[in-house]
Amino acid sequence: MLYIKDLHAGVNGNEILTGVNLRVNAGEVHAIMGPNGSGKSTLAGVLAGRETYHVTAGEVLYQGQNLLEMDPEERAREGLFLAFQYPVEIPGVSNMYFLKAALNAIRKHRGLEELDAVEFLQLVKQKLKIVDLDAELLNRPVNEGFSGGEKKRNEIFQMAVLDPKLAIMDETDSGLDIDALRIVAEGVNRIRSKDNAIIVVTHYQRLLNYIEPDFVHVLVDGRIVKSGGKELALELEERGYDWVKELSIDN
Amino acid sequence: MSGEAQNITEWYRSQYEEFERGLNGDAGGAAQGLRKKAIAQFATTGFPTSHDEEWRFTNTAALARVNFVLAGRESSQRVTLETIGPYILQDEIIRRAVFVDGRFAPHLSLLDGLPDGVTVRPLADALRKQHPVVLAHLGQMARVEQNPFTALQSAFLHDGLFVHIADGVESDVPIHLLFFATEGAKPQAMHPRILAVTGKRSRLTLIETYCGVADASYFTNVVSEVTVGEESTLFHDIVQVESRHAFHNGSHYLTQGRSSTVVANALTLGGGWVRNTVHATFTGEGGECTLNGLSLAAGEQLVDNHTVIDHAVPRCASHELYKSILDGRARGVFNGKIFVRQDAQKTDARQTNKTLLLSDEATIDTKPQLEIFADDVKCTHGATVGQLDEDQVFYLRARGIDLQAARDILTFAFAGDVIDRVHVPALRATLDSLLRARLQQGRITATLS
Repeated sequence: MLYIKDLHAGVNGNEILTGVNLRVNAGEVHAIMGPNGSGKSTLAGVLAGRETYHVTAGEVLYQGQNLLEMDPEERAREGLFLAFQYPVEIPGVSNMYFLKAALNAIRKHRGLEELDAVEFLQLVKQKLKIVDLDAELLNRPVNEGFSGGEKKRNEIFQMAVLDPKLAIMDETDSGLDIDALRIVAEGVNRIRSKDNAIIVVTHYQRLLNYIEPDFVHVLVDGRIVKSGGKELALELEERGYDWVKELSIDN
Repeated sequence: MSGEAQNITEWYRSQYEEFERGLNGDAGGAAQGLRKKAIAQFATTGFPTSHDEEWRFTNTAALARVNFVLAGRESSQRVTLETIGPYILQDEIIRRAVFVDGRFAPHLSLLDGLPDGVTVRPLADALRKQHPVVLAHLGQMARVEQNPFTALQSAFLHDGLFVHIADGVESDVPIHLLFFATEGAKPQAMHPRILAVTGKRSRLTLIETYCGVADASYFTNVVSEVTVGEESTLFHDIVQVESRHAFHNGSHYLTQGRSSTVVANALTLGGGWVRNTVHATFTGEGGECTLNGLSLAAGEQLVDNHTVIDHAVPRCASHELYKSILDGRARGVFNGKIFVRQDAQKTDARQTNKTLLLSDEATIDTKPQLEIFADDVKCTHGATVGQLDEDQVFYLRARGIDLQAARDILTFAFAGDVIDRVHVPALRATLDSLLRARLQQGRITATLS
């Protein structure tokens, strides 16, 4: 589904990703862990098409297509979803309006009928249960006045409605209390299937208590220095990041 | 005065003489004195120039280059309900007075079944019949010495609308004034006048729409005088959707009695050269005045909003929110003057001006002007000028919405903030569709399509 080969990228000439290699197949959940400043959010941003990042070398194939040549909206329509670390507030645009516009743009791209207001509402009601989000929030402007937890749950809710093939969770666990964390994780687990893939970017191991990854990768200084199974996450929790940083230097 | 300026005052003088002859003894007593005084005043000043502080950013040269002829009486029959259809508000309760080229058009108007105590008359009628309220109020606020456009309007004062609400009448029937301009053989000028007076403990909703034949060149020069009675409420919406080649000057005067409330929205969605001046004065304590504005401009359009709020008495509150969306090479001007007189203690005045620039070539001149002579007051002002927020654009795109649609959504939201403050639902719906018609592919189109 996703094949990242020797990816170099940065901001304003500062290289942050220094050669990332990663292969993700359908049905897999990958966790990308790493200390602060290791390039985790840059990787997520590059994959979603954020224009502040410039790719200087390498390639990314998504479902066999050159992902880096696609506009952000094209990526989304092809099934890529980024759950934002900092969901953006958009005053004056209701959640419902926004999400219906997004869903119908994606459906149109896939040759499906656009949903009318009634059909959309039915879908929304069904998906709301997944994240235990107050229906009242949907009539409010996108993320405006939402608590930190509500914003993150709104991301998962959007993910459930848009039904992506590849979901990238950018530090979705940051700033969440344990209850919110569990709700978010349950939301992710409910949409997990053999047809889609999920990349969980996180600093801490605790989210992985709820979302069990198939693979764990450690990103240090802009490249993956160690990969393993879920036990690697536990080892990081126990030993911290210093020992893997040394691996980076050794490389 | 320069030679050119002299030529144009000569032109309006000759137009005036023709107009006066055309009145044919239908001179309307009180108005005739005002007209004569007004044309004499205009003849001494001509149009204002950029040397005049009030007109620094808005050049009248293009306006003064055209010899507009006074719009005639004949054109109204050619206009049908279908012509003005897009601007008719879809709510049966609303009563409407339609004007074609500045003259009342009975065949397009709907003024039956007004509540008791609500008087709505074509101004020409009310003048002819020397209605005492008209005689008492006409020209009291709109002083011809203050503004050359007011002088010019007063010189050609003939028709328009007179509205009177009796004491204690809280009308739920919005009065919609619809001014439609046709395309004349030569560019035409219209000078309508609106006079509204409300009694004590009354309520009135007044909506003005200015529109015309697409691409026609004409000049609308309107003056409104509105007096709001004690403990009364006025909702006042001014919608300007003139042709992109039209000149539009609106001078709107308002006085508020004790404990009265006014919410006025200026929605400027059309026109080529546009100047709106709102002049609000508190004459009794405890008044509250809310002025909101939304301007949309693209191409070579100019939209100038001047507001003056005169806190002449204590314990009044004013809130202003003016927003502009500018694209292409459009120019915007906002000048918000607030006077707080020496006696006007406990004044609460707040002013906000926000501009969204959608192109590199669009410009805005924004200027708050607070003149405060009292010491126990709260006055704040703020202005922001910016582009669409890149993080918001990316968030929408990351969900599959294309760049142009994302820009449209965000621009619409910026404007919606003002439209949501309009309290007549049918008008909000009309404004929504007018706005959407101008938001295309992430840009503001130069014309309504």
